[in-house]
Amino acid sequence: MIAIIDYGVGNLFSLQSSLKYIGQDVEVTSDPEKIEAADRIILPGVGAYEDAARKLRESGMADLVMEQAKAGKPLMGICLGMQLLFEKSFEYGEHEGLGLIKGSVVPIRDVVSEDYKIPHIGWNALRFKGRAAEGQEPLFKYTKEGDHVYFVHSFYATDCADSTIASTEYGAELTAAVADGKIYGCQFHPEKSGKVGLNILRAFCEL
Amino acid sequence: MITKRIIPCLDVKDGRVVKGTKFKDLNDVSSPVELAKFYTEAGADELVFYDITASSDGRKLFTEILTETASNVFIPLTVGGGISTIEDFDRVLKCGADKVSVNSGAIRNPSIIGEAARLYGDQCVVISADVALIDGVYRVFAKGARENTGMEAIDWIKRCVDMGAGEVVVNSIDTDGVKKGFDIPLLKKVCEAVNVPVIASGGAGCIQDFIDLFTEIPDIDAGLAASIFHFREVEIADLKDAMAKAGIPARI
Repeated sequence: MIAIIDYGVGNLFSLQSSLKYIGQDVEVTSDPEKIEAADRIILPGVGAYEDAARKLRESGMADLVMEQAKAGKPLMGICLGMQLLFEKSFEYGEHEGLGLIKGSVVPIRDVVSEDYKIPHIGWNALRFKGRAAEGQEPLFKYTKEGDHVYFVHSFYATDCADSTIASTEYGAELTAAVADGKIYGCQFHPEKSGKVGLNILRAFCEL
Repeated sequence: MITKRIIPCLDVKDGRVVKGTKFKDLNDVSSPVELAKFYTEAGADELVFYDITASSDGRKLFTEILTETASNVFIPLTVGGGISTIEDFDRVLKCGADKVSVNSGAIRNPSIIGEAARLYGDQCVVISADVALIDGVYRVFAKGARENTGMEAIDWIKRCVDMGAGEVVVNSIDTDGVKKGFDIPLLKKVCEAVNVPVIASGGAGCIQDFIDLFTEIPDIDAGLAASIFHFREVEIADLKDAMAKAGIPARI
């Protein structure tokens, strides 16, 4: 069973539907017993970093997710959920994340000229990095370099070269996916990325 | 590089897809869920569902259809039509919409834009504007393009973006249904005025119209159309091929 962490942030309908669609048993939950019993965990999230980080802590989910990930259970953070895996974010202030992956989250505008619109919304191509570039990344076993995925974000993860497994080009090279052991983060939305996205979720379910 | 999006729009009334020419003379085309699946397979980058129902029965049917679509189609879905309160945002987002487009609702109550942007994020709030050139000035129309609000269109769109709209759909009343191409002068003005994604709507009649749009306005993000896709006058796969051949970034 896959547990989608419910901490009162964002719309989980599509994520849940996409996992059901690929034949997975899925539960949106904040029940520690169910999360402990799950085979893998997805940390979703949209909206503001500060608010999401606070809700994640207040709900007790932060500690639980960290504990489960450190014990080796596959974890995937999606979009803001991915950004929460990092040490900190500079989204309107400075906010502490879970620190499961080294690096921080900064405005795209810091590295991208005014010629580019923010948010970065739309379909963009994946460029494989690190272990993915060596063909060693199980998350991308059904994915080709250059495949398009759907992004919606105004902030991106930086100082994370060691964990980056994919980037995308938008006036600068933006982090698209990271991995550290079985802890994964996707800046894009696999549940909104058509067949390519469903295949990334499928590969995650086979980890 | 980010690709230019091709977006079929499905106007839904009483559970069926309809498309009016110049917003009148509706005729039934097909089932929304089947069409959505068909377009996704064909390579559509996003879908817009527009609820043109007025009755509460029709609205319930619409949310059911939206739920069924979002359970089977995994590309971004934008929902519009009759959105005027935060409850409306909430209702369609819970059914699987990713973005919500407001039109007349924002004209009546502009503060809904900022409120929704704070609650759901800028990326979720799309301002859709029906625009016509009246005596040399672009004006915003309300109520399904029937009522001239007197507001200058570019100012209105800028104001909406300043309040938190993360995307703009510009529907030219002058070119809608005419099938002679998008309203390039209007769209150019909008693209110069705002720094969020702009979606062109109204006027596409053939593949070349999309090529002209993306070539003449490199800043435009997407082209939206309805009837030419519904009647299969333009196949999305052919359109994407033609875009790629013309050097326009396309997801194939």
